[in-house]
Amino acid sequence: MEYPDGLHYTKDHEWALEEEGVVTIGITDYAQSELGDVVFVELPEEGTVIKAGEPFGVVESVKSVSDLYTPVSGEVLEINGDLESEPELVNSSCYDAGWMIKIAVSNKKELGELLSADQYADYIKSLK
Amino acid sequence: MRYLPLTSEEKSAMLGAIGVAAVDDLFTAIPADIRFKGNWNLPAPMGEQPLLAHLKELARQNRPATSAPTFLGAGAYNHFIPSAVDQLISRSEFYTSYTPYQPEISQGTLQAIYEWQSYVCSLFNMEVANASMYDGASALAEAALMACRVTRKEEIVISNCVHPRWRQVARSYTENRGIGLQVSADHVAGRSEAASLEKLITAHTAAVVVQSPNFFGNVEDLKAIGELCRAKNVLFIVAVAEAASLGFLAPPGDFGADIVVGEGQSLGIPMSFGGPYVGMFATREKHMRQMPGRLCGRTVDKDGRPGFVLTLSAREQHIRREKATSNICSNQALCALTATIYLTLMGKQGFADTAKNCFYAAAELRRRMRPTHRHPFFNEILVELNQPAVEVNGRLAEQGIIGGYDVSRDYPDMKNKMLLAVTELTTKQDMDRLIEAGGA
Amino acid sequence: MAQQPGARGLVFNEPLIFEHGRKGRAGCDVPKSEFPEIDPATVAPPSMLRGPLEGLAEVSEPEAVRHFTRLSQWNYGVDSNFYPLGSCTMKYNPKVNEAAARMEGFAGLHPLQDASTTQGALRVMYDLEKMLCEVAGMDAASLQPAAGAQGEFAGLLLIRAYHKEKGNPRKKVIIPDSGHGTNPASAALCDYAAVTLPSGPDGLIDLALLEKEMDGDTAALMLTNPNTLGMFEKNIKKVCEIVHAKGGLVYGDGANLNAVMGKARFGDMGIDVCHMNLHKTFSTPHGGGGPGSGPVLAKKILEPYLPAPRVTLRDGVYGLDFNRPKSIGALNAFWGNFGVYLRAYAYVLTMGGSGLKEASETAVLNANYILAKLRGAYHVPYEGTCMHECVLSDKFQQEHHVSTLDIAKGLIDRGFHPPTIYFPLIVKGAMMIEPTETESMETMDTFIAAMKEIADVAKTDPESLAAAPVTAKVKRLDETQAARQPDLRYRR
Repeated sequence: MEYPDGLHYTKDHEWALEEEGVVTIGITDYAQSELGDVVFVELPEEGTVIKAGEPFGVVESVKSVSDLYTPVSGEVLEINGDLESEPELVNSSCYDAGWMIKIAVSNKKELGELLSADQYADYIKSLK
Repeated sequence: MRYLPLTSEEKSAMLGAIGVAAVDDLFTAIPADIRFKGNWNLPAPMGEQPLLAHLKELARQNRPATSAPTFLGAGAYNHFIPSAVDQLISRSEFYTSYTPYQPEISQGTLQAIYEWQSYVCSLFNMEVANASMYDGASALAEAALMACRVTRKEEIVISNCVHPRWRQVARSYTENRGIGLQVSADHVAGRSEAASLEKLITAHTAAVVVQSPNFFGNVEDLKAIGELCRAKNVLFIVAVAEAASLGFLAPPGDFGADIVVGEGQSLGIPMSFGGPYVGMFATREKHMRQMPGRLCGRTVDKDGRPGFVLTLSAREQHIRREKATSNICSNQALCALTATIYLTLMGKQGFADTAKNCFYAAAELRRRMRPTHRHPFFNEILVELNQPAVEVNGRLAEQGIIGGYDVSRDYPDMKNKMLLAVTELTTKQDMDRLIEAGGA
Repeated sequence: MAQQPGARGLVFNEPLIFEHGRKGRAGCDVPKSEFPEIDPATVAPPSMLRGPLEGLAEVSEPEAVRHFTRLSQWNYGVDSNFYPLGSCTMKYNPKVNEAAARMEGFAGLHPLQDASTTQGALRVMYDLEKMLCEVAGMDAASLQPAAGAQGEFAGLLLIRAYHKEKGNPRKKVIIPDSGHGTNPASAALCDYAAVTLPSGPDGLIDLALLEKEMDGDTAALMLTNPNTLGMFEKNIKKVCEIVHAKGGLVYGDGANLNAVMGKARFGDMGIDVCHMNLHKTFSTPHGGGGPGSGPVLAKKILEPYLPAPRVTLRDGVYGLDFNRPKSIGALNAFWGNFGVYLRAYAYVLTMGGSGLKEASETAVLNANYILAKLRGAYHVPYEGTCMHECVLSDKFQQEHHVSTLDIAKGLIDRGFHPPTIYFPLIVKGAMMIEPTETESMETMDTFIAAMKEIADVAKTDPESLAAAPVTAKVKRLDETQAARQPDLRYRR
């Protein structure tokens, strides 16, 4: 399992990467491996305003389904349109080509409340 | 008891293996104060011979519409059923199997569902259909719920020319969710007018619902209503209560319907006092993941050979629980199989010819009676009487004829009228007797 | 050891029906109409009329018959062999019931015929309602719900109507985490929030947690008893008292009724409303997924709200009463799946009270026998005797990287339908085995032998289980592809 440094993590297994006020969000290696083959990702429309901790979408595998929760609040600037035809990117490249949404973050402080890579790795260990 | 194989010696041996002395020791988890000790007021066991005699006697107390001249429709129709249909659904590998959760040993059921989904798409001219709903009425209710999910709105505009009981079912399913049903008043005209539906559409409207042919047997102007729905940016739901009409009338998909539901009883399923029937449900591909019910898809096995599985099941209750698109689990699979076999036997020409024969009979009945409305029709006609329908029906019953449906039961201002249905089984003699004995 | 039933047999490849036939063939002979063949264009514009029926088959009757016969041979039914699918009660489907449903006096009835012409059918409904009430210890019933899930929906609507009349429909329904997925889905359909109640360490409802969760906003507790772990909720009376004390009602999911007929009744436990699955407990066939029948049964306080119409008996004459002002209304177009509950009626008469009780006793005996024989070979997550089904897990086999799914597929090769797998959700790698009462000891013994053999093979040759099944028509299917690129209909 890989949890790259520099990303922020949530206990719902999303990651967030902040770059100049824009936060990119996806799901972690642990999440994609627990789900198994992802078959569908439902994402919000661009322009939607979402609040930290609220569901913004759904990720489906063959036998399970999970809500996606945003770690930070803000307006959805962009969604990853490639996932519509290639949901498997979430499995093959969860931190890169499998990203889900980009948000114009309204309150950067929210990022400070998230877990670091080490903290998240410890959290995953505690689940087992 | 002939269904219970264990001998008393076997029972003793099994109890020994379990390590208890008596069967009752296996029920100790049930506390004494709720153990049932009363005298059960249930009959004594009955052998097959007396049971059959009893059932035959009960059956004799009924006078089935299939053995009398009948003009009753209103959502259930007396059509011809080829003998091969019952022979095939009596293959017990079909009827004694469970939902195909283990696809490797359920390919028969699965391929048949795939064929059914394909047939429903063709008949409706829609893109994707599910494995079945309970019946047409509950399919309509689920369509209303789905339209609200898709549009995130909470009002449904529904014509009052939709079957009254179907509207009641839609109400049972929607009203607790805060979904409002706005019902038009089109029954006097006998057809849903785009203008009258338009008046009911608001910013909260998710969909407009009409039935065609409608409850009065009149074919709706789906083109005009479809255009209205697109102009108002609401979904267009079409219900079909008489599936035989699909062999005669242009399919709802031709008019831009977003969801089409239907009752498939006419496709080889006996009337059986109201059920089991089969709900047909179809929509556009873009709404596929908002559909209720099971879906079967084609895929390949490990060796690359074609095969079928239940798919997109993350929509369903066993996975998504309270967020599922519906609570439906058991559906009407065997009835969908029945309809699939029926459609296969009737085929392209037979299904169309049967529908035409229904229409010819209706056209003749219309010529010989006084129709209330002057709209295009298929096999049901609302006719004018000189007296209440209940009196005419009483007279017909004396002659062994099953008359039509008394619409004043649901539309109190529609007095002295009767809804008459005919099918390919209606004979000229039946019609002569109706007109003679009815005296109306 | 008895020979295992699984074997190779001749099955046929068979394409889709749409890939069969020739233009102009037909499987029916439609007679010429007796009536004048008027031109449809004289009554409707061409845009309203159907063009050629694309997508329908063109095959003769023998081709159609062979097609569906071959498909049937790819299926596994109760009539094929043992079907220990937990929570589904795959008991034998008696043939006399099929004969009953096909009698023209029943099958030929139009639902809207005058009651004077349907007295026999109405009597079946009236008597069956009474008999089912007697089985469940309830006061009134409606046969209208078409399946278990619709029965749940109906029952929760009754509860909602009851609370609403008292001034507050309330907001939530508590459901133990061992419950079927239909429970929370049905609650949501009634606009109730589904609150999950974690099971206690003994697999039963945790009274303290329930006490904490139960409040004036809770409309009902929805439970299955025996629960889906195959255990009887022995504190059921106390559970009902806790719910009733806060003005809530208790809903009983009848999925597991086959364990307790004649032994305990929902009504006597304190349950206010329940449904039954006639396609489980009362022997009607599952039909490859339906039709079922899910009557809703209730205590007197809920009777006014039952679906309309109700069957009545006045002065020796049966009728349908639509004038039910407090009713929750209609659930389907007519009176439910008559053809299904007619079969259940024939079943109850065949079994009688004593037979139903013997059925439950035998079902429980069989489940405990299998549990006793498989303990050791498989992990038993909750110890003790079980009711009519037992739950095992793949914990021991996981050490060899063999999963519940592999075990299930291994059973197929040995000629058995697998148990319910990965349910209940609270047991990791669950296998839920429900033998029912209609299996012989020999059948169960061969099943037990197959399960034990699989447990051995899991240690010695796990790869062979990963490859299973190999004797079925197809091998494991690619469900990921099916979901990623949905192919849901034939396209030319």
